[in-house]
Amino acid sequence: MLEISVQKKLRDFDLEVSLKVEEGEILMLVGENGCGKSTLLNMVAGLLTPDAGEITLAGEPLFDSNLRINLPPENRTIGYVFQSYALFPHLTVYENVAFGLRARHLSRRKIEERVKDQLEVVGLWDVRDARAVKISGGQKQRTALARALAIEPRILLLDEPLAALDIRRQAEMRKELRKLIRDFGVPSIVVTHDLRDVVSIGDKVSLLEAGKVIHSGPAEEVFNAKPLAGAVIR
Amino acid sequence: MALCRFERRSFLDRIKGVEITRIRGRALKAGLALLLVLAGAFIALPVASLFIKSASGVTLQTLWDPVVIDALALSLFTATTSVIIVIILGTPLSYLNARFDYPGKEIADSLIELPVVMPPMVGGIALLMAFGRMGVLGQHLHAWGVNIAFTTVAVVVAQIFVSMPFYLRQARISFEDVDLVLENAARTLGASRTRVFFSVTLPIATNGLISGAIMAFARALGEFGATIMFAGNFQGRTQTMPLAIYTAMQGDLEVSLCLALILVAISFAIIAIVKMLTRRMYKNDVRD
Repeated sequence: MLEISVQKKLRDFDLEVSLKVEEGEILMLVGENGCGKSTLLNMVAGLLTPDAGEITLAGEPLFDSNLRINLPPENRTIGYVFQSYALFPHLTVYENVAFGLRARHLSRRKIEERVKDQLEVVGLWDVRDARAVKISGGQKQRTALARALAIEPRILLLDEPLAALDIRRQAEMRKELRKLIRDFGVPSIVVTHDLRDVVSIGDKVSLLEAGKVIHSGPAEEVFNAKPLAGAVIR
Repeated sequence: MALCRFERRSFLDRIKGVEITRIRGRALKAGLALLLVLAGAFIALPVASLFIKSASGVTLQTLWDPVVIDALALSLFTATTSVIIVIILGTPLSYLNARFDYPGKEIADSLIELPVVMPPMVGGIALLMAFGRMGVLGQHLHAWGVNIAFTTVAVVVAQIFVSMPFYLRQARISFEDVDLVLENAARTLGASRTRVFFSVTLPIATNGLISGAIMAFARALGEFGATIMFAGNFQGRTQTMPLAIYTAMQGDLEVSLCLALILVAISFAIIAIVKMLTRRMYKNDVRD
């Protein structure tokens, strides 16, 4: 289980969030631009440091302000899919997916095996030698996902994973994404703007406003929950 | 009736107006074209003259003149050494400036730019006052038996002094162009800061760094003022190509012209390489 309880002073407001995500559970994080969603993901990933609080994974602290523990991002084993995908432009699709494995100094054979597995799952083995900047939006998104999953992360973080796709691709990817994340079975947080994402991907939903969680509940209830209905869909 | 006349006049006026605008447009175009030709000729004529004048006098024999050989070898050796040192010292420094804030960064930034605006002669005297035998640091070095001024080392020091800013500036821009989110992504994938730098940041910034290094090399190769003040003008030891050109002008014009031609050729090659690199940088969308 991933437990987050953090505070951080931001420019416009104080972020103060407590969340729990079970193994295999997908939490949808919803809220307006600049409400602190990405900041929260970055704190879980270790790219930003909270002012106070703790982040624990299966009882083991990733960050704890009292114990002065703050694991650097490279030691947290987190699969992070960035909004812009952040694919390495100088590398091929294959090399992008292999990046995290090389950083772990796995054997050559092991790397080949795992990259092949991941790329076949997302259907990109055929374009493995293409430069990451030369492929389509949907392919980029799947490369980013394959790259994040290849390191066998203990937590999955997805920041607006569908936002950069056109509407038709979004509908296809929603199902695919849910299956991929589900199969992986680790605590997952998905940031989104879109209520359709919430129902078709998530198990739980939390609405963030100016740094505070103002509503939490099962994903199916998303259309009934008052604070959500007004806040999202644009 | 009056209305009709008024309309007719305004119609004619309008035709006239269009005509005037067209003439003005043509005049402007012609003026700009003339300016372009003049500016082109202003640069092309002297360079061409160099070739025309040397065609009669300079032979392959001149190329084997010891003065030419010594100057060419020394220039290539010192400029290359300078650039290598500039790259080794300047790369981490410009990464630091691109990514981090530290106390006194403003001052450091201004100091870095200083050698660009400072007259090279002044730079030369400054170096002499610092590292000369009587210099602030030099007198202590002298006590240890180390003399820098008026040696080949001084040539390299002078070249580093004047060329470093060119590399630092370009390298910093190249590093700043590397999207921070890529470095973050690499960290979450398990790469340490060092690994991120060598496997993500550096490869993406490489083309920019190379063009910065080439500009620094060009500046080092052309260095004159600081070198002659700080290193002197001794053939084979401190007489680089620009110094040799200046010296030979007093006697043997052919040697001067020959050296000048070599420098022009190198300059052309430098421009071509930098252009090719910048074009490749954009075509590859590496900065996407």
